[in-house]
Amino acid sequence: MLDVLQGFVHELRSAGLPVSMTENLDAMTAMEHVDLQAREVVRSVLAATLVKQQRHRPAFDTVFDVYFSLFSPAAEDRAALDLPDELFGTAGGDIQGGGAGGDLTREELAEMLLRALQSMDLDELRRLAGMAVSQFAGMEPGRPVGGTYYLYRTLRQLDLDDLSARLVEQARARGEIPDDPLPGRLAREEQEARLRELRRLVEEEIRRRLVADRGVEAMARTLRKPLPEDIDFMHASRDEMLALQRAIQPLTRLLAARLAQRRRRRHRGSLDFRRTVRASMNYGGVPVEPKFRRPHPAKPEIMVVADISGSVASFARFTLQFVHAMASQFSRVRSFVFIDGIDEVTRFFEDTDDISEAVHRVNTEADVVWVDGHSDYGHAFSVFHERHEREVTQKTSVIFLGDARNNYHASQNWVLQSLQKRARHVYWLNPEPRGYWDTGDSIISEYGRYCDGVYECRNLRQLERFVSTIADA
Amino acid sequence: MGERFESVADVVERLRSVDYLADDDIASVTYLADRLEKPVLVEGPAGVGKTELAKAIAAATGSRLIRLQCYEGLDEAKALYEWNYKKQLLRIQADREHETSWESVESDIFSEPFLLTRPLLEAIRAEDPVVLLIDEVDRVEIETEALLLEVLSDFQVSIPELGTIVGKQRPIVLLTSNNTRELSEALKRRCLFLHVDYPDVEREKEIVRVRVPGIDEELAEQVARVVRSVRTLDLKKAPSISETIDWARTLIYLGRSEISPEVIGETLHVLLKYQSDIAKARKELVEK
Ligand SMILES: Nc1ncnc2c1ncn2[C@@H]1O[C@H](COP(=O)(O)OP(=O)(O)OP(=O)(O)O)[C@@H](O)[C@H]1O
Ligand SMILES: [Mg+2]
Repeated sequence: MLDVLQGFVHELRSAGLPVSMTENLDAMTAMEHVDLQAREVVRSVLAATLVKQQRHRPAFDTVFDVYFSLFSPAAEDRAALDLPDELFGTAGGDIQGGGAGGDLTREELAEMLLRALQSMDLDELRRLAGMAVSQFAGMEPGRPVGGTYYLYRTLRQLDLDDLSARLVEQARARGEIPDDPLPGRLAREEQEARLRELRRLVEEEIRRRLVADRGVEAMARTLRKPLPEDIDFMHASRDEMLALQRAIQPLTRLLAARLAQRRRRRHRGSLDFRRTVRASMNYGGVPVEPKFRRPHPAKPEIMVVADISGSVASFARFTLQFVHAMASQFSRVRSFVFIDGIDEVTRFFEDTDDISEAVHRVNTEADVVWVDGHSDYGHAFSVFHERHEREVTQKTSVIFLGDARNNYHASQNWVLQSLQKRARHVYWLNPEPRGYWDTGDSIISEYGRYCDGVYECRNLRQLERFVSTIADA
Repeated sequence: MGERFESVADVVERLRSVDYLADDDIASVTYLADRLEKPVLVEGPAGVGKTELAKAIAAATGSRLIRLQCYEGLDEAKALYEWNYKKQLLRIQADREHETSWESVESDIFSEPFLLTRPLLEAIRAEDPVVLLIDEVDRVEIETEALLLEVLSDFQVSIPELGTIVGKQRPIVLLTSNNTRELSEALKRRCLFLHVDYPDVEREKEIVRVRVPGIDEELAEQVARVVRSVRTLDLKKAPSISETIDWARTLIYLGRSEISPEVIGETLHVLLKYQSDIAKARKELVEK
């Protein structure tokens, strides 16, 4: 088992999960106390010893599924290593499914699935998921396509929407789902949950067969998903967008708490003489309990000026969301968005405490198009200068967001030059990799010349680091 | 090694006997904590049963629960022990007339009767089985976290005036965190990690059934489903298990045996705490 465990820890580390020496040892000791036939217990126990951050758990689970599967090398040696079959999950055929259930019609399979979904019989569902993959995925040995492709093919053939509609119909025939909105909604959500389970089983099955075909190492490599804080804003898939969305709130909360603590520690506060003396009265005049004053730290004011044109829209959105979620760390946060025209959107954030609603209003209501809706930094900046420069003071930090791809318009970078003289700081965050800067129509250096810092900001990790620096400054 | 539980299944069963419903992760980690004698860091949103888990383990194993509630500014004196200054001052003053030698006064005032035992020391000195709960550890400052780490590593403490006190046994130790700040790597390394999240419908329904006397299965299921639905909305604060329970109790109290939009409308404030959340849920579930 120890060797198997070492291999597993190695995989975790190459997936980017930090595993320390102590944790590694703990996992080994833990294995002495569990029944190796109970695969899910083994999973829980390894997770408890090796993963100390919940956002790393999905990555852990994927590596676990791949590593402890029947087709991994460890599984092949399991007899010699004296490990139980159960540790490696359910049995099954090779990549093509070994003909299991090969001659069912699509309709027959759908009928069986409906029945299994109705009773939520997990074993049966897993068996059927296996059949579906054999029939529909068209998996072939050595074919260099990813799991997503097979998943898509299988699901399309299974036609989950159709299954879902038929589940509703059947339930209605039994008089279970009246057409009222509320019971309808609850029933629908229940079905969605069940179909999600089916989808998960299909995914698991595909992964299992891919491991069989390509080996653990290769699979682990293709499955390596970035952690939420490393997802690239510019190329996030729909699922990744959701993961980002979910990661923002906890991240900002942690950061706010950390900043507050740092600030407190720095200004520990001076001795409050009067309160100390008053407290000492309880102890016959001996000042045993010194009392301190609470300091009032000064907080900077922030103006964010963001390009929200197509290519950088999601970057702008997450950054605005992040900064507004951190609003308590600043004396005020004002936001401006532009494409070729510019509009202030602070009110959307101040009107509501629901940041996602505010972002929605930014996207639908802000007046940002001047001529043709293609980025024109120069024009937007000169309007900003005209309307708002007077409001910039020594307390203000101005942060520009964008890729500085100006469609070959005039840069008007004198706006930044003049801002830099008035403001406390001027910063620029660019969501493109540094290597692309100043290529094509990017003129980042022309603006960067008048900034106190230009930062690459491609993911939450970099964004967090930046916000933490300015909140502290 | 601790042997309070026979197996993971035994954990599930005995926690259930004290009305706590554990999922796979909770049961496995509890079992492991007992076997490895390592503290568990339990993390998760508010009201998912972190504190309750410690209480349930104590009840299931017939142990005494010792609880250290953390807060900002908690220090050694409140967590571990302190000398009773007032009593010491009185003792010194009382002595002015008797003129005992300073040495003997000193050794007197730094002895057991002048010691105020705080939860950590109490747990170390316990002779009977205990469960130590260090609740909301994310609220303490780094210095205090370091102190906790030290105590948890050796389970002993040295008091300069009294010498070293070594724990006779290793209690099950649970630290809970609402994750308002990142805990130190050192502390995390030392602990087993358990993330508790909102339960699935099946488990929440069971929780409602054991915690709300008089509720039938049908209504419990409806309650759990509505709560799941509410949690999918984008809310400032999603309903916790305790709010689910409160809501179910309210329904029973009002004599509602079935959930309709009207019933939800008149009781939403039990489930949700923010006006904006209530408005959102009303729009989705009541007015549609
Ligand atoms: N698994 C469970 N089985 C039975 N009851 C539970 C369970 N989990 C939670 N509860 C109920 O939910 C209530 C709230 O749980 P608890 O106070 O332990 O939450 P918590 O996670 O400690 O929250 P907080 O972060 O606010 O301290 C408990 O009093 C209990 O009634
Ligand atoms: Mg609690």
